[in-house]
Amino acid sequence: MSVIRFILARLVKGAVILLAILVLNFLLIHAAPGDPAAVMAGEAGATDEQFIADLRARFGLDQPLSTQLWLYIKGAIQLDLGYSYRQGMPVADLIWDRLPATLLLTMSAFVLSIMLGVAAGVLAASRQGGWGDTIISTVAMIFYATPLFWIALMASLLFSVVLGWLPGFGYETIGANYTGMARVLDIGRHLILPATTLGLFFTAVYMRMTRASMLEVSRLDFVKTARAKGLRPGIIQRRHILRNALLPVITLAGLQAGQIVGGAVLTETVFAWPGIGRLMFEAISQRDYNVLLGVFFVSAAMVLLFNLITDILYVIVDPRIRIGS
Amino acid sequence: MMNKVITPLVLAAVLTAAPALAQQSGGTLNLVIQPEPPSLMMGLVQNGPTQMVAGDIYESLLRYDTDLQPMPSLAREWEVSEDGLTYTFHLQDGVTWHDGEAFTAHDVVFSADVFLRETHPRLRATLEYVDSIEAVDDATVVFTLTEPFGPFLGTFEAGTMPIIPRHIYEGTDFANNEMNNTPIGTGPFKFQEWRRGSFIHLVKNEDYYLDGRPYLDEVYYHVIPDGASRAVAYETGTVDVLHGGSVENFDVPRLSELPDTCVTEAGWEYFGPHSWMWMNNHEGPMADPNTRRAVMHALDREFALDALWNGLGKLATGPVSSSTRFYEPDTPSIAFDPELAREYLEQSSYDGETLQLLPLPYGETWQRWAEATRQNLIEVGFDVELVATDVAGWNQRVADWDFDLAFTYLYQYGDPALGVSRTYVESNIAKGSPWNNVAGYRNPEVDAKWDQAALSASDDERQTLYTEIQNTIVEDMPVAWLLELGFPTIHRCNVKDLVTTGIGINDGLRDAWIEQ
Repeated sequence: MSVIRFILARLVKGAVILLAILVLNFLLIHAAPGDPAAVMAGEAGATDEQFIADLRARFGLDQPLSTQLWLYIKGAIQLDLGYSYRQGMPVADLIWDRLPATLLLTMSAFVLSIMLGVAAGVLAASRQGGWGDTIISTVAMIFYATPLFWIALMASLLFSVVLGWLPGFGYETIGANYTGMARVLDIGRHLILPATTLGLFFTAVYMRMTRASMLEVSRLDFVKTARAKGLRPGIIQRRHILRNALLPVITLAGLQAGQIVGGAVLTETVFAWPGIGRLMFEAISQRDYNVLLGVFFVSAAMVLLFNLITDILYVIVDPRIRIGS
Repeated sequence: MMNKVITPLVLAAVLTAAPALAQQSGGTLNLVIQPEPPSLMMGLVQNGPTQMVAGDIYESLLRYDTDLQPMPSLAREWEVSEDGLTYTFHLQDGVTWHDGEAFTAHDVVFSADVFLRETHPRLRATLEYVDSIEAVDDATVVFTLTEPFGPFLGTFEAGTMPIIPRHIYEGTDFANNEMNNTPIGTGPFKFQEWRRGSFIHLVKNEDYYLDGRPYLDEVYYHVIPDGASRAVAYETGTVDVLHGGSVENFDVPRLSELPDTCVTEAGWEYFGPHSWMWMNNHEGPMADPNTRRAVMHALDREFALDALWNGLGKLATGPVSSSTRFYEPDTPSIAFDPELAREYLEQSSYDGETLQLLPLPYGETWQRWAEATRQNLIEVGFDVELVATDVAGWNQRVADWDFDLAFTYLYQYGDPALGVSRTYVESNIAKGSPWNNVAGYRNPEVDAKWDQAALSASDDERQTLYTEIQNTIVEDMPVAWLLELGFPTIHRCNVKDLVTTGIGINDGLRDAWIEQ
């Protein structure tokens, strides 16, 4: 099967899955108790029937569920994600506003955890049983087992409150009006704590995965052959062991990449990062259906896309794997 | 027409607001906003966060001091006719909207008579007593009532009757007007930028009608969704003010002890946040008054006040808060008395079924309070189950009367007719809203007194009626009253005159200044 045909087939399949996800999400959300009109009325602290009826009409909640679903799907197919009456803005604008912050955060965490995790894994494997291995494995185990929100709070307490080195929350210094390089550096400083916190768990996972996989591959016959041929250990490590050991890491990276759009709710909340994870979380508690469905739609599309990329990467890393087979 | 002239309290307000120090101009004030408001257009949305930010942008005709006496705002003086039917307001000179248009009496007529009638349920209820609203000339507006509605002068606060620019909204679809995202008011600060998820930025209104005010150049409201991070924001100096309720209660003592930190409980007198537990009078075990009395006396509210609320606030004595007008302190006792609770339970029809208790999903303190309450009730012989919900789920269950006991708190708006009667009168029993007479309390005699008290122009007569009402309701005990909540405002001591009225920070920062 040619690469183009493979990609096309996957895209078609992806579209069908996306539609199914859309319908399922729609039904699940509407099954939850409460609706946006009730939440808004509740926040106002006083209501009469007319107020709630007006809100329901604005949200389209006075229509039968099937009509609402049909209207939503019809819009989504034309990439129209609807209007958030609560926020008074088109959903696409809301998502578009928040997406860059989330991408910056999750991509940084992604790159950080892959680089750090693989490097630490290689290091630990090459020193198997030694003190270096013990230290790396222990640290990884701690990060693996500790809840994210606790690490986040402790990190901000230590580096922000006690030491005063890094800003503990926010995307940039509000009111400073930095431009150009100064702004980039400012955002970078704000990025360190959340990106590290978000990346630690996967760093630990990659580390353990790389270490185990390296050790396994290093016992295989072709490595012995390479050693017998007298190749330098460095080359054996890189070309023979690491390249083969990376396959399971790529599988995992594909999983993490799937979370690049929506997977940072907790980190974004604790660090007041103005991203899409928080948008989604707020939309859930406010039953802002259109926003919620919009975020789900975009993140589901991203998961499908990253799965596809992962599959293609397999082939590049290991040419023995055939596309589509 | 004989007019009873009410002297504006300008002088008194200035004297109390300005001690020996002279106000200094300049500086930026950083506050937190929690949660992020859905909109800043106060004519459409009046929830707490919206009012806090939009209270700088929009104004109403009056403000209220901490004793809830009216003070000038957009109206510089006003008269009430002796029959209590005609209210004449004389507006300030030289007021302009943030876009430069002149503010006139026609804006007031449009706001109250057209815009808010359509969009504001709480004001709509008050406007039922209003026969006409007319602009006599550009600077005078007259409200004529159909009946002498006693608390009328208490409804001219910015969250209740925000004045909206007629030139922007007249003839448009209010809810979808594009200008909703760039609000235009007459207030001390202008809307500059709202980066959703990050901050709201307001700047000084250079053309404000009071000379020299506002003192601050800029105001930033920081959107910080996590309570612990809001505390960190104050500790690291990013924000200067934590308004009431913005950090978890257990953080209040620690933050209060930080250097250069001042704490005030003032600024909530108008709202009078009053907490109670709904008891389902419609059906189930709570339909029996003896069960309700058993619940009330089983609650160790002293413990809740000290341990959970750090001693901030005070025990409620009945349906009316002590800061609300016509409060009656000598109501029948609702004190903690487990023995008495067991006796009432003995006499009741309660046969051991599990009660469903809904905590208020507003954070840790409320969760702990529900747990402590469950413990109290178990000790006198109830069986109680906590039902976890999120805010939307809580709204729905309470609105559908699907509970036995449910925590809540409501604002009193300074007058029993505005903020108290709504939860006890029979005409307000309707499924579908969590904020009406959810308990389902019915007492026709009391209902008649509520009507009479609201429509009496004489304060003495009103006091007599409200005292009777408070005594009867406490006797009937439709709900379990808990606390008058204390919401302390924590701020750096060099931020002066942050709270100068009974509406507190929600009233706008027109008097606030920073000592350099």
